[in-house]
Amino acid sequence: MEKLFMKGNEALAEGAIRAGCQLYFGYPITPSTEIIEYMAAHLSKRGGTFVQSESEVAAIYMVFGAAGSGQRVMTASSGLGISLMQEGLSYMAANELPAVLVDIMRTGPGLGGLGPTQGDYFQATKGGGHGDYHLIVLAPDSVQEMADLTATAFDLADGYRNPVMILADAVLGQMMEPVSFENIHVHTYEKPWATTGAKGRQRNLITSYNLQNETGEIKAIHLEHKYQAIQEQLQWAESYQTEDAEYLLVAYGTSARVCKGVVHALRATGVKVGLLRPIALWPFPTQVFQSYLDHVKGYLVVEMSAGQMIEDVRLAIQHQAPVSFYHRQGGMVPQQEEIVAQFNRVFLEGGHTS
Amino acid sequence: MRVLFEKTQALTDVPFHYCPGCTHGIVQRVIGEILEELQLLEKTVGVTGVGCGGFSEQYFNVDFQGSAHGRAPAVATGIKRAHPELIVFTYQGDGDMVSIGMAEAIHAAARGEKITAFLVNNSNYGMTGGQMAPTTLIGQKTSTSPYGRQSEESGYPVDLPALLCNLKGAAYVATVSVDTPANVLKAKRAVRLAFKAQIEGLGFSLVQFLSTCPTNWGLNPVDSIEWMQEHMFPEFQMGELKCPETFRR
Repeated sequence: MEKLFMKGNEALAEGAIRAGCQLYFGYPITPSTEIIEYMAAHLSKRGGTFVQSESEVAAIYMVFGAAGSGQRVMTASSGLGISLMQEGLSYMAANELPAVLVDIMRTGPGLGGLGPTQGDYFQATKGGGHGDYHLIVLAPDSVQEMADLTATAFDLADGYRNPVMILADAVLGQMMEPVSFENIHVHTYEKPWATTGAKGRQRNLITSYNLQNETGEIKAIHLEHKYQAIQEQLQWAESYQTEDAEYLLVAYGTSARVCKGVVHALRATGVKVGLLRPIALWPFPTQVFQSYLDHVKGYLVVEMSAGQMIEDVRLAIQHQAPVSFYHRQGGMVPQQEEIVAQFNRVFLEGGHTS
Repeated sequence: MRVLFEKTQALTDVPFHYCPGCTHGIVQRVIGEILEELQLLEKTVGVTGVGCGGFSEQYFNVDFQGSAHGRAPAVATGIKRAHPELIVFTYQGDGDMVSIGMAEAIHAAARGEKITAFLVNNSNYGMTGGQMAPTTLIGQKTSTSPYGRQSEESGYPVDLPALLCNLKGAAYVATVSVDTPANVLKAKRAVRLAFKAQIEGLGFSLVQFLSTCPTNWGLNPVDSIEWMQEHMFPEFQMGELKCPETFRR
């Protein structure tokens, strides 16, 4: 299998093109910029269309238009730009338009810094824009997954008619690893609802107006049922050395990579510990936790934020066992020895504070 | 029996919701008649903004996307880039296009985006009940300029077509009205040429319609027309502001 040595952002962009991404609209922002640059260099040469928009606001509405016309389309940004896209994302969710967007997280709030963070978890998984809607959110933890999950994101978007976000951080975007694209293929979906010119059919109307409350409720229930179906069907996590685990680390993205080292280090000292890595952040893999509830003695959540995913972990665990937390912020990445020390402190030395 | 007049196939049978004396209905009929004349009904996608013009998605009998407030030119860009073979037009009011959507409008024109934009300017926010817009005239009373628009507080009216015609990407720019039969004919010519600019791939085209808002102006339909002629016509440059040489008769 041929492998290329690429940056995460570049692998993501290449994966998108190989998955049939036909249009890219975007605005430059560190640390996502390699994506827009890769698309500018490659997409139009390979039959697609690239447009640099005047703002992230315009970018997401260009995505809206192209998605509404039935094409595979993508944009990428970092948290600041994703904030500007929230209105459009709400409109896209309301109109059930499939598209892929990427958040290569940098620190916030405000202008923040360029370092890695996981501080956009709430924004990504809890809405972000107005109204009652959800994005599907996928969290890669390697350059290979930057490519693979992006390809999967296009299929999920088309399959569920919903925007899908890739939530990664500056480390995953910037680091280089070997990556293969051999398992990425274009899958096509029928889109009879798309506005492509009403030739030989009734006209198609894409709109989210509901001025009558009765029709508004019907639309809301339709979306609610769709989100419920996604929650039942997409429970996606990696279980790493969890078979005999008495303790579980819970982390995604870059934090999860560090935690795999923690698992090795702790197991070397005889502690039966594993890692549960959510790959889909929305829907959160609550069901995956169920099989561990009766025998896991404690959970340690590791995040690069003040504590966001930990709320979903606590909901999944339902107070069946202590949940502890280790985190770094502001662009700092939690280190293996720090996490080991925290684990020993709360679980082995009896100092747990939940 | 000879048919002298028929409603254009470009409009649905949904009754207009527009207030008596509002010219949105005439403007949409003009656009619809040109779409039909140019045989574009099966290859056109329209995009609305939000406001009174936003309801036009119910009235035009073509594929349509309802956009957010001000974003129609960006949505139209996405559609046109996805399907360059389609004819794509936007339909926005002045609050939508000249205020919140100014950036999207200017940059669509600057890119020479091959779309056609229609701007219906009635010098206020009609749907929300007549607030001040960037197009509101100096001294004009609205619910957010209750003592008349003052330039010291709120600056001056914006004539968007006059701004955009300076951009190389804008191929055809005109301001018209539908206040008289003669002007309806001029408006139809402008709409025809605006679509022609798109069909020939010349760039961005824009037609501004100076329009009435009797309900929020507090005038009857006839007085509204006279108020528009007396106050709006001198403020906004009318006629063809930019026209390709090949279009000139």
